[in-house]
Amino acid sequence: MSTNGHIARDESTFTVKAGLAEMLKGGVIMDVVTPEQAKIAEEAGAAAVMALERVPADIRRDGGVARMSDPEMIRGIQEAVTIPVMAKARIGHFAEAQVLEALEVDYIDESEVLTPADTVNHIDKWAFKAPFVCGATNLGEALRRIGEGAAMIRSKGEAGTGDIVNAVTHLRKIRSEIRWLTQLGPEELASAAKELQAPLPLVRQVAADGKLPVVLFCAGGIATPADASLVMQLGAEGVFVGSGIFKSSDPERRARAIVEATTHYADPARVAAASTGLGAAMESIETSKLDTEQLLSPRGW
Amino acid sequence: MSPATGAEQATGRPAPLVGILALQGGFEAHERVLRRLGARTRQVRVPTDLEGIDALVLPGGESTVMTLGVEREGLKEPLCRLAAGGTPILGTCAGMIMLDRAHLGILDVLAQRNAFGRQLHSFEASFEVDGVDGGPVHAIFIRAPWIAEHGPDVTVLAEVDGHPVAIRQGRILALSFHPELTGEDRLHRFFLSLAGFGEPTAKET
Repeated sequence: MSTNGHIARDESTFTVKAGLAEMLKGGVIMDVVTPEQAKIAEEAGAAAVMALERVPADIRRDGGVARMSDPEMIRGIQEAVTIPVMAKARIGHFAEAQVLEALEVDYIDESEVLTPADTVNHIDKWAFKAPFVCGATNLGEALRRIGEGAAMIRSKGEAGTGDIVNAVTHLRKIRSEIRWLTQLGPEELASAAKELQAPLPLVRQVAADGKLPVVLFCAGGIATPADASLVMQLGAEGVFVGSGIFKSSDPERRARAIVEATTHYADPARVAAASTGLGAAMESIETSKLDTEQLLSPRGW
Repeated sequence: MSPATGAEQATGRPAPLVGILALQGGFEAHERVLRRLGARTRQVRVPTDLEGIDALVLPGGESTVMTLGVEREGLKEPLCRLAAGGTPILGTCAGMIMLDRAHLGILDVLAQRNAFGRQLHSFEASFEVDGVDGGPVHAIFIRAPWIAEHGPDVTVLAEVDGHPVAIRQGRILALSFHPELTGEDRLHRFFLSLAGFGEPTAKET
């Protein structure tokens, strides 16, 4: 047998950071605000939980400044479950991210759902050992975040609404811009990078691979199993469900149903079965009826 | 689907069909490696997907999610039947956990989940794996398990920190790490050789 008593090891390389996202693929990441909810999410088949103080629907309703969660609550959730625990830091608030790293959360979400702390700069995510996931509404935004060190991207959608329309818009935009890049000649990529406001090396990589260099999930507005199937068919590699589960009438059942529909997204009969008898979805808001200043997805630069 | 591949032409045998459990996790990365090696692949979500496969991969991901999925889909019994019938199986990370006594009960081992700690302690490393020729294997460990206990029929192929991270029992290989993420294909070639396909890269032990 090969014994490797004390081998040299590299922690927190980009491969290791992006690798965890690879292992979350095909899964559902659920927002939870208590250890009890985290337990329910895990038992219903969540691939990870996002620990936060208020789900986006409540943040939207309550207003005020939304910040990183209380470390005590995050620790409570870490103790309650064995699956990865993610937590949110404000855009640009690197000190909140440092706290989350000190708590050893498995992924940090630099999130537009919280109130931004910097109107110009995002966190320098290369400076951290913990991996980051960031939101994006288009390819340029996704590549800027990856350029800053994000190891996973989620399309933003419009959190806390239960309205899937923006998630669809953002996913379609990212995917169509990727397809566009693959059709360009090498001499056209610098100009494309300028247009996308994205780093040229990443633009070249996407043009060559026809995909983002990291895993792409969908977030913001998923409320039903059919919503999950829709975004998976549009190219999402997994889903975040925020308010959609614990703001519905039967969270445990809905959580299981969305997990099932995410696995069997391409099988309408299975999505139909999963959609049956779930009770009421979350109370929803039509995104187009919101004022511009109420939108969360334009946050981030 | 791969057409006739180099490997197939070389052996004159049809490319093996490898089922990859696709309830959740890193199944596409295995698909890419296996296709590159000339195998055909099929994603497995329900019991009928197992029909006619020559080998099976249980990928990384979350073992809690896969356990619930196996239960929901009624996959436990058919998976155990395949293993008992001698179908070669490769389990990586969560797949190793799924094979242990506390889950599918296919291997005479007990895996310890998240044995190296949370994500901050995930790592890459290179080390020798018994029987794999050609130098150290480059491995990536992500919230990885190790083998805490094992029975006499289990051969340990590599250890890290004094704990088994690569083992073999008959035609079943279980790895704590992810060869599918590092461009490493020798362990997949070894796995395919157990299905009678291609040249073994590891000596029969």
